[in-house]
Amino acid sequence: MTRGPTWFNITSLVLGFSFLYLPIVLLVIYSFNDSRLVTVWGGFSTKWYASLLQNDQLLDAAWVTLRVAFTSATIATVLGTLAALVLVRSGRFIGRSLFSGMIFAPLVMPEVILGLSLLLLFVAMDTARGFWTVMLAHTTFAMCYVAVVVQSRLVGFDKSVEEAAEDLGCPPVKTFFLITLPIILPGVIAGWMLAFTLSLDDLVIASFTTGPGATTLPMKIYSQVRLGVTPEINAVCTILVGLVTIGVIAASLVTKRQHAQRERDERAAFGADG
Amino acid sequence: MDTEHVAAPARRSPGAWLLIAVPYFWLFLFFLAPFLIVVKISLSQTAIAIPPYVPTFDLSEGWQAFQEALSAFSFENYVWLTEDALYWRSYLSSVSIAAVSTLITLLIGYPIAYGMARSPQSWRPTLLMLVILPFWTSFLIRVYAWIGILKNEGLLNQLLLTFGLINEPLVILNTNIAVYIGIVYSYLPFLVLPLYASLERLDGTLLEAAEDLGCPSWKAFWKITVPLSLPGIIAGCFLVFIPAVGEFVIPDLLGGSDTLMIGKTLWVEFFNNRDWPVSSAVAVILLLILVIPIVLFQNQQQKMSEKEG
Repeated sequence: MTRGPTWFNITSLVLGFSFLYLPIVLLVIYSFNDSRLVTVWGGFSTKWYASLLQNDQLLDAAWVTLRVAFTSATIATVLGTLAALVLVRSGRFIGRSLFSGMIFAPLVMPEVILGLSLLLLFVAMDTARGFWTVMLAHTTFAMCYVAVVVQSRLVGFDKSVEEAAEDLGCPPVKTFFLITLPIILPGVIAGWMLAFTLSLDDLVIASFTTGPGATTLPMKIYSQVRLGVTPEINAVCTILVGLVTIGVIAASLVTKRQHAQRERDERAAFGADG
Repeated sequence: MDTEHVAAPARRSPGAWLLIAVPYFWLFLFFLAPFLIVVKISLSQTAIAIPPYVPTFDLSEGWQAFQEALSAFSFENYVWLTEDALYWRSYLSSVSIAAVSTLITLLIGYPIAYGMARSPQSWRPTLLMLVILPFWTSFLIRVYAWIGILKNEGLLNQLLLTFGLINEPLVILNTNIAVYIGIVYSYLPFLVLPLYASLERLDGTLLEAAEDLGCPSWKAFWKITVPLSLPGIIAGCFLVFIPAVGEFVIPDLLGGSDTLMIGKTLWVEFFNNRDWPVSSAVAVILLLILVIPIVLFQNQQQKMSEKEG
């Protein structure tokens, strides 16, 4: 579309984004509230953040969550990248539509079903439930998101560079690490970050698949929220929102810079030719 | 998939087979096999034991035992689901809550996506980022943020009381209205993103041509913009509707005790009543309800990616 925005467009953008952001902004503001009453403003204070540092249970849960998220995101990125390569590169093979079905279905499948089915699997396998089962569960649904993100990067991929390397005698595995991976890297990194935040965020699947000693932060937050809104929970949420915001903005700046660098390189290369 | 790159299966090296086998095996073990177990347990009988069910058959006893077991399958959990009004009312109300929320999300999301597509090129990356950012922040936190706003002594009621728009606090939290707000709010980015993608690609000259020929702009919108953005509308609506049907966190935190949604019913059945066979049967039926929209969604996605490739 080429024509400029009308007043109607601008109003709907302003209203739409206020709707998206106001609740989170209010939550952040009230985490600095001195009063315990969540709706009465009692002056600026950081005491809820200080009290978080004393809350060992919450810190333990945060540590478990970070470990689960880091491990599952890393494995999911490897598996998801492989799955994306299969989807885009492997052509037809027996069971291909089953394979792509298994990649896309978890994206829309209700979490209660995924959680329940994985729990029943772990029970059937007679596995002790805890850190590892939550990690495996998160890996499984996160790898599908990674596959979709990496796939979109692979679709717009110039295959001639790879073919050139192979014609010059480069073995396929080496071609992958020297050529394919660097080109799809932004997609792989975005996939890892998505997998990491999905795991950080998940309540339902973790509740089903966890066992004693592996309470994650969302489970902790959920059990507290059921008792009511407290400034401490606001403070935890503010920290999480802050971390994610910094991460996403940093990642987008890095991609932007890489993009600009590549454009400069390309211009320089063409300039040298002519 | 573009056909040019499709390799003939005969040329595939052992390494290429391994590449397929690893993710395939993983998904088979951790995604497909668990469903078969859910189906199996939904056909078992409830028991007070650990785990709390009596298996109807045991595969380790061989084919003969399996055949015997087949005749002894217990469908009583499914019969139970049809007899107790709680379950089918939960299914119906989940589907209707999800459908209404999807419609509201579309009505709110369309002007946003439209405004983004009409904005100057230089704004677009920032606007896109602003839509994606809430998607990255915790779902639980975003739902939780609404509790402080919607409750009786919450921020919304305080604001309305201060301005004298109402005389007594509105009861919104723990009603279905709060569930609608929660679903619309949480899933809005899922609808705006695909919609924006299809609106952005729309050829502006078509609208100019319509205008030159004297077509009023509202008519041009209905005749050109809406039909051409239909793939985005469909993809966005599926992305909201399907997960919303099985939603647990939103009805649990924002809804009241009379808010019936199947995700919540399954959760209660599983964690509070510890009835694994019945919750498995609930899951199987939920999956059957969602299979049609999921398959439609996948076909549409495949068609779109083929068009792009």
